[in-house]
Amino acid sequence: MNKTRPININPLSIRLPLPAWVSIAHRLSGILVFLLIPCLLWALQLSLVSPEGMAQLKDHLLHPAYKVLLWLLIAGLLFHLFAGIRHLLMDINVGDSKQGGRLGSLIVIAVTLITFVIAFVKWGL
Amino acid sequence: MIGQSGIRDWKIQRFTAIFLGLYILFLGAFFIQHPTVPYDHWRYLFSQLWMQVASLFAILSVALHAWIGLWTILTDYIKPVTVRYILQSLILFALFGYSVWGIFILWGN
Repeated sequence: MNKTRPININPLSIRLPLPAWVSIAHRLSGILVFLLIPCLLWALQLSLVSPEGMAQLKDHLLHPAYKVLLWLLIAGLLFHLFAGIRHLLMDINVGDSKQGGRLGSLIVIAVTLITFVIAFVKWGL
Repeated sequence: MIGQSGIRDWKIQRFTAIFLGLYILFLGAFFIQHPTVPYDHWRYLFSQLWMQVASLFAILSVALHAWIGLWTILTDYIKPVTVRYILQSLILFALFGYSVWGIFILWGN
């Protein structure tokens, strides 16, 4: 084996192209949403059980900690959704070139940011 | 079963992804139309059979979609089989539990 091969490279020292970061973020956002499923189910349950439950849920969402969690979830979900759409498009050969990959990544990030900001302005404040 | 046929998993992942995308889009449209989400409107929506059926399909789609995605991640990054199998089992139990919980939320009164 090559005795001078690199071991234990600092992953942060590796430069990756943008589509690679989008791909990594796609996986991470998927994991994030998975971990927050019980929170979604709990919220749905509370919202449906009674008017008091719904009011209680809305009260909870006024607290900063819950707000942060909610908007983290929304951001993760939006990103995962748009990056997923990019995947589906690439499956039908749309944007699957090198330049297409880079442009697609930029679009995913831009669309995620825009929809997040719109949603936050409308509901988060 | 998941993890046995790559093509089958690929199709299931895409199919569930598309359905979930549409489901989320629908919910988004609802929240835009009812920004304050009054209890009566929300409760009415989920009392409709078509919404209950679609929501159950969504829950099961999440279970399949997440299972395939997490299977992919686990097989990519966790090579020791015992650890991976334990994690897969935990994920399986979790997703099953979420599905049952979802059914209860929709129809458990």
